[in-house]
Amino acid sequence: MAEMMKKATRESYGMALSQLGEEFPQIVVLDADLAEATKTGIFKKKYPKRFVDCGIAEGNMMGVAAGLATCGKIPFATSFAMFATGRAFEQVRNSICYPHLNVKVVGTHAGISVGEDGATHQCLEDIALMRSLPGMTVISPSDHYETVAAVRAAVEHEGPVYLRLSRLAVESFNNSDDYRFELGRGVTLRDGKDVTIIATGLMVSRALEAVKLLEQKGIDARLVNIHTIKPIDRELILKAAGETGKLITVEEHNVIGGLGDAVAAVLSEELPTPLRKIGVNDQFGHSGPAAALLEQFGLCASNIAEVTEEFLKK
Amino acid sequence: MKTELKRKLEIAACKIRMGAVEGVYRAKSGHPGGSLSAAELFAYLYFKELRVDPNHPKEPGRDRFVLSKGHTCPGLYAALALKGYFPETELKKLRQIGAMLQGHPDMKGTPGVDMSTGSLGQGVSAACGMALAGKMDGKDYRVYALLGDGELEEGQVWEASMFAGHHELDNLCLVIDINGLQIDGPTAEVGGPEPVDEKFRAFGFDVQVIDGHSFDEIEKAFEHAKTVKGKPSAILAKTIKGRGVSYMENVAGWHGKAPSDEEYEIAMRELKQTLAGLEAE
Ligand SMILES: Cc1ncc(C[n+]2csc(CCOP(=O)(O)OP(=O)(O)O)c2C)c(N)n1
Repeated sequence: MAEMMKKATRESYGMALSQLGEEFPQIVVLDADLAEATKTGIFKKKYPKRFVDCGIAEGNMMGVAAGLATCGKIPFATSFAMFATGRAFEQVRNSICYPHLNVKVVGTHAGISVGEDGATHQCLEDIALMRSLPGMTVISPSDHYETVAAVRAAVEHEGPVYLRLSRLAVESFNNSDDYRFELGRGVTLRDGKDVTIIATGLMVSRALEAVKLLEQKGIDARLVNIHTIKPIDRELILKAAGETGKLITVEEHNVIGGLGDAVAAVLSEELPTPLRKIGVNDQFGHSGPAAALLEQFGLCASNIAEVTEEFLKK
Repeated sequence: MKTELKRKLEIAACKIRMGAVEGVYRAKSGHPGGSLSAAELFAYLYFKELRVDPNHPKEPGRDRFVLSKGHTCPGLYAALALKGYFPETELKKLRQIGAMLQGHPDMKGTPGVDMSTGSLGQGVSAACGMALAGKMDGKDYRVYALLGDGELEEGQVWEASMFAGHHELDNLCLVIDINGLQIDGPTAEVGGPEPVDEKFRAFGFDVQVIDGHSFDEIEKAFEHAKTVKGKPSAILAKTIKGRGVSYMENVAGWHGKAPSDEEYEIAMRELKQTLAGLEAE
């Protein structure tokens, strides 16, 4: 049984990297003056010679990572999600994805739960940006165990990967002992027949709570965790759509271009099904404590439950 | 430089010019100006300097070359074909559908291309990564990157230069093709990257300024660069854009334009004459 521990996925990332360092001597970790915050500092301590601080120059960091990859390294180029995917977008596109190099782009501090730093640091566009790049795999893990497994999967996968991580500590709910992570395969956390909630990243734990609230109201909701947004698990989504009818997606991202749109694309092509997207509604965030912000933007269990209930009445 | 070697390189440079003009003419698009200004640099790199083997283009211990000013790939492709990486007939298919030779270098599709480039400034960073990997692995290969002087206006060049200086990448050599022109006109008027030598020195480089069409000076500079320890090298090569084709020389308009049938005939006639002169010597 999983012990209930609270850990930010960025921290699990730092730990996982330093554990994998020995098994995979090709791993090189790059950061842009944020090693303390992104937790790559954990790797740096253990393997100082395989850690490269690139300074505050994210575009160059992506290019250096690309060059390292052409020489057989497995670079993890890390920064806040905003800077890794936004500022350095074109470098990720042209120097990493176009030549399909084995670089892992890691964005920590994704979403509004960055909190007090405010809108300039709250990345709500990274999934949209990274998922539009040919050949890019996009992973958004939900808790400690899933992050550890995702980092290993990223190392073992040959090709560019974007790993989306969070600053906020989140409860671990995936079972530590028998958790199996497979790229591109969603996880059904709870079966149900009335409706399916599809969540990713930090929102999976919130959705889990929402399912419990709905249960008290006699609603039997299915919960699916989509940790790999690209390639997405079409089979699992279509099965849920067929079996439960309505679907709700929940993500800490702009509702434009993220998980909801990815799910909608699958449905509209094969099995048009009513879908409601919960996310940030095409606006910028602002400063505030993470938990309060999530609540204000409706990214909390009570709102997920409420929207679901309303949706079922329609 | 020994006369025999110089003759060989001059012939190679002329053939590179012919291949570049041929490709751009057939494609009806492409970048002749900066391909011609760098012809001696391509020739020196591929026929004197780089430890590479066209039969084993991915050999891990090879020297690397990154064409950071990727638009001038007609010149690079002509050099690679001449070196034997692929048949010269490929040059005639430049930029066509299904062609091996893309409008900008594609490392996945073209043997001998070490990095995909075309977005200015990005190649320098990749070259830094290659040089860093060499240091980490204790390998003795060297990494060369060719940039344009207009390209120096791109901020990433200076991010990368700071990185190279800071990490003491003495296995990295940047060659800047200073032909003084970019798309919108003279580089001095458009973006003004000068003084380039002082900038690179300030970023921790060993800097040399040479005539980029003189093999004597090119050889001296490349040989010196290999002896520099603890810092990267920058070779600032002063050149003439469009060099070798009379009507293209020093005309900004020939940056990215294909010659007409008539212009092609004139260019080829001039280059063939140059070649005949060199071969007769
Ligand atoms: C990031 C980026 N911006 C703009 C361009 C378009 N572009 C192609 S070539 C060029 C001018 C380059 O001038 P220079 O570096 O001096 O090259 P050269 O004269 O040697 O051809 C520009 C602006 C580009 N390829 N990449």
